[in-house]
Amino acid sequence: MDWLQQLLNGISLGSIYALIALGYTMVYGIVKLINFAHGDVFMLGAFIGFYGLTALHLGFIPSILLAMAITSIIGVLIERVAYRRLRNSPRIAALTTAIGVSLFIEYTTIYIRGPQPEAYPDLFGNDKLHILGATIRADALIILLISIVLMLLLQWIVHYTKIGKAMRAVSYDAEAARLMGISVDRTISWTFALGSALAGAAGVIFGLYYTKIEPLMGLIPGLKAFIAAVLGGIGSIPGAMIGGLVLGLVETWVSALGFSLVRDAVAFVILILILLFMPQGLFGKNVREKV
Amino acid sequence: MVNRRKALITGLLLLIGYAVVQLMLSMGLIDPFYENMLMNIGINIMLAVSLHLIIGVTGQFSIGHAGFLAVGAYVSAVLTTKLDQPFLPAILAAGVAAALFGILVGVPTLRLRGDYLAIATLGFGEIVRITLYNIDYVGGAAGMQVRHLTNWTYLYIAVIVMIIVIANLTNSAHGRALLAIREDEVAAEAMGVNTTYYKVLAFAVGAFFAGIAGAMYAHQFYVIQPVAFGFLKSFEILVIVVLGGIGSLSGAILAATLLSLVNIYLQAFPETRMILYSLVLILVMLYRPQGLMGNREITDLLKRRLGKEA
Repeated sequence: MDWLQQLLNGISLGSIYALIALGYTMVYGIVKLINFAHGDVFMLGAFIGFYGLTALHLGFIPSILLAMAITSIIGVLIERVAYRRLRNSPRIAALTTAIGVSLFIEYTTIYIRGPQPEAYPDLFGNDKLHILGATIRADALIILLISIVLMLLLQWIVHYTKIGKAMRAVSYDAEAARLMGISVDRTISWTFALGSALAGAAGVIFGLYYTKIEPLMGLIPGLKAFIAAVLGGIGSIPGAMIGGLVLGLVETWVSALGFSLVRDAVAFVILILILLFMPQGLFGKNVREKV
Repeated sequence: MVNRRKALITGLLLLIGYAVVQLMLSMGLIDPFYENMLMNIGINIMLAVSLHLIIGVTGQFSIGHAGFLAVGAYVSAVLTTKLDQPFLPAILAAGVAAALFGILVGVPTLRLRGDYLAIATLGFGEIVRITLYNIDYVGGAAGMQVRHLTNWTYLYIAVIVMIIVIANLTNSAHGRALLAIREDEVAAEAMGVNTTYYKVLAFAVGAFFAGIAGAMYAHQFYVIQPVAFGFLKSFEILVIVVLGGIGSLSGAILAATLLSLVNIYLQAFPETRMILYSLVLILVMLYRPQGLMGNREITDLLKRRLGKEA
């Protein structure tokens, strides 16, 4: 009964993508910017969690919370320092800056602590569960649980709190929101904080599941999470979750079928196909371009 | 008559420039270190100016330029080392193959704008890299040994031809169409510009010269590996174009020269180099988003100076 484990692998990978994709989609929904540095915030989260677990001897949950807290501050700082000035400049300028920020984070991390990878402590041992004759890694279930809790929390924040309403208002029409007395700057900061915190949590979860973390680990998962966001329809929160899960499952199946070498290419092929045939994604709105 | 005299003088100057360096090379006045540096600058100029056509002139944000470079490098390397073809046809084949890839990328991504195009081209670059990684014929991750065939003559001719073609293209009616697409795609379309055709044209021409740069690159550095053509390479080319000024050909040339020199001296400190690169990029974008030259050319500045004196 290998398929159940594969399914769960796919869902675990997918929920990591989904958590990162949420940050992309929320930020894109509001400032229309692909935050290239988002994958690196994810990497920083993984390292903060690692140092929390090893150097500070914190437990698992406190480490995740620490990573989320610090990454959310970093996210807000990135927006304040690098993106705010460029809010009204051409897209190319903002996108180039985002790439610059991403490389700056990566290579500063390498400069500070060296490029060597780090192995996450094994918190849950080799605990295996036996369900219906299938063996399942216990940590896969924990990842799933944490992701579900975080996503429910996000849904609650976005739909039932004041700041969540402000976020939706700003993403719908920033000018009108401003006229209604919503502080657009503050709302954008909150969006970056929330998105970065989710990426930070995803980083810790990633480290736990795949054990190996390194300073350049954010690039590929970051890109794939962006693809997941596009797949789900950029700007749509449920879309990012579904997109992440779909991408995780597809990738796992591709490697399970023995094509693990092309696994990384599959995501980009999906991206190009989606952009061609369904540019609005699964849950996105089809917006007409107006002059 | 003035134009013809100008062209004659330019041609003469170019010839003298070529001859002086060639003479110094053959007399051994330029040692291998500086020769390597010269080649590096030339290759970077080719990459930057070919990307300038796509980003600076046509306004299509492509961050997969290393993909075209890789196609050119591998096609030419296979031709010269595996099939024992001479270098010249290999160079041309590299350009044509890369141009075909440019069309291949251009056609489906036409419907994409801005950010989406950026991600799609990035995806293309990664697909090329991963594919090369998985082809055993070209050595997989270990890469290919290539003979050293690039020399000053080939590189100089390639660079000059490219600059002439791209400068003339930019100043022709076709170039006006490309500029119109950069300024406002919808308006350009309304004015009767066939945006599809022109975007593919920009991609094809840009990719062609990037492919030729790839041939030069492969036959200069003895070994090519997929890892050298990743996202970071695309990013380096992008930094050159952005720093030089989006829309300025001479800016791209200047920045390519400048950054190649900086690069060589920072080679011993790769991390510091990348930190500096990214900082420069962020600061330039924040405080001088138009780059060093904006969209002006050196000749514009000279003209203004002359105009003042007159």
